Amino acid sequence: MNLSEGVQVVSLVILSAMVIAAAMGVVLLPNIVYAAFLLGGVFISVAGLYLLLNADFVAAAQVLIYVGAVNVLILFAIMLVNKRQAYPEFKLSGLRNTITALVCIALFCLLTITLTSTNWAIQPATFVLTSTLVTIAKHFFYDYLLPFELASVLLLVALIGAIVLARREFIADVQKDGAIVDESLSLLEKPREQLVGTKL
Amino acid sequence: MNTGIDLQRSLIEFLTGLGLPFGLAKVIWMLIPMVVIVLGVTVGALACTWLERKISAAMQQRIGPEYAGPFGILLPLADVGKLLIKQDIMPAKADPILFTLGPLLVFISIFLCFLVVPFGEHLLISDLGTGIFFIIAISSISPIGLLMSGYSSNNKYALIGGLRAAAQSISYEIPLALAALAIAMMSNGLSTVDIVNQQAGYGILSWNLWRQPVGFMIFAIAALAECERLPFDLPEADEELVAGYQNEYGGIKFALFYGGSYANLLLAGLLVAILYLGGWELPFPIDTISDFLGISPNAGWWQVIAAALGITMTLLKAYFFIFFAVLLRFTVPRVRIDQLLDLGWKFLLPIGLVNLLLTAALKLTFPFAFGG
Repeated sequence: MNLSEGVQVVSLVILSAMVIAAAMGVVLLPNIVYAAFLLGGVFISVAGLYLLLNADFVAAAQVLIYVGAVNVLILFAIMLVNKRQAYPEFKLSGLRNTITALVCIALFCLLTITLTSTNWAIQPATFVLTSTLVTIAKHFFYDYLLPFELASVLLLVALIGAIVLARREFIADVQKDGAIVDESLSLLEKPREQLVGTKL
Repeated sequence: MNTGIDLQRSLIEFLTGLGLPFGLAKVIWMLIPMVVIVLGVTVGALACTWLERKISAAMQQRIGPEYAGPFGILLPLADVGKLLIKQDIMPAKADPILFTLGPLLVFISIFLCFLVVPFGEHLLISDLGTGIFFIIAISSISPIGLLMSGYSSNNKYALIGGLRAAAQSISYEIPLALAALAIAMMSNGLSTVDIVNQQAGYGILSWNLWRQPVGFMIFAIAALAECERLPFDLPEADEELVAGYQNEYGGIKFALFYGGSYANLLLAGLLVAILYLGGWELPFPIDTISDFLGISPNAGWWQVIAAALGITMTLLKAYFFIFFAVLLRFTVPRVRIDQLLDLGWKFLLPIGLVNLLLTAALKLTFPFAFGG
């Protein structure tokens, strides 16, 4: 992408403002559904930032995975559970919020000082990649092969864990009077009758 | 290899010749693709609605639309006019922001996908390196719009419809992407132009349909499910959910949903044409015609004819798929939600993975036939 300097700066400012505003909304809004939708806005704005850095494949992957899958699943979970109960008031909530805000501001200051004091080796010349896709693939399969494979093992572990959790092979023993022997294995929801002929 | 038609350069030269400054000419050029996309896709989607009415009528031995224009061809326009002038109603307890934003997200995400759909070697808005991946990524935004409208309508049917739409589109995105990945592997790239060019050479014999029959079936089923067409129209399911997430919508917002769903069908047809049916290629190589007639393939007028032929072929193939989808809609019953998810996760996903593995093996063994 060859945008002029001015267009790039304007886009950067707009996208950064969008990321910050949407992220503040995610944290501060009391309505959890709004927060989840704004999270999608954060992800899309970050994809825009990637696009500005000429990383078109990463931007598309960001949209596909974070907006299309992760955010949809978060929304799905929120709407499926739909728990309408007021949050209990925390003890010393004002003090907790003050401490959290202080820690966050301190972190922000630390990062700003680091950013401004570091002597970044900025190369003024931009070089054109033939295809970001090919470059990424080469990095994945030559010099970053081990981290790449480790990440896939991590995903596999998460997948198997999710299946184990979802299958619930252990079903709590129910005594004759209806009491459950071991509370930790009981289902949260009521056990349902199997629908007739659920096989495909 | 001919250079093809460069519309951008000639238009900018024409406008600067008229005395406009170069910058303004470029701005005018940037507006044209947007207008072309919105108009072209809308007309294509309207044609889909007309075809659906006419074909279903023919299947049921009715006449179908008849009075509005010749063969009722103006009926879609009357539809649009009616929807545009209807009152914009919003339920009293609905969430006003999300209620408005939902249809917009669905509509925009579908129309953006048409940016990379090619109708010829140079007849596309933008030849992105990420091509087909871009389409899959952008079209994955629309379930958020569906969830949004389902939630904000404050209606149980709408919420169930929105949830079903999200579950369905997440489950069928994976087989769809796996089928497209096998094609990308064969064409050594994700760009839609590269994918079609890899199918050129031997006419109908070199189309991906013959090399990827399983992938074609997976893609066709998953594309139907992504479009929420019968037999997979569970999110709408008129009889049980009274149209699901569109339940509370009327007027122009409903028009956005309606147009968006038919634009999505058109997109699915175009994608099938590009990925499996050779895109703008004729059933025989176009060079044989120019050789037979003794025309130089670089002649200007011949290139215009070739481009027109390419557009016609792409649209013909796309509308063939749409015809097939309409036939299916009036033939098969709807599946249940558990059958739908079983089909996606337990049948299409494993087959898609095996297909990908087989394609990789065949590519290594027969590099001449599978795009080494």
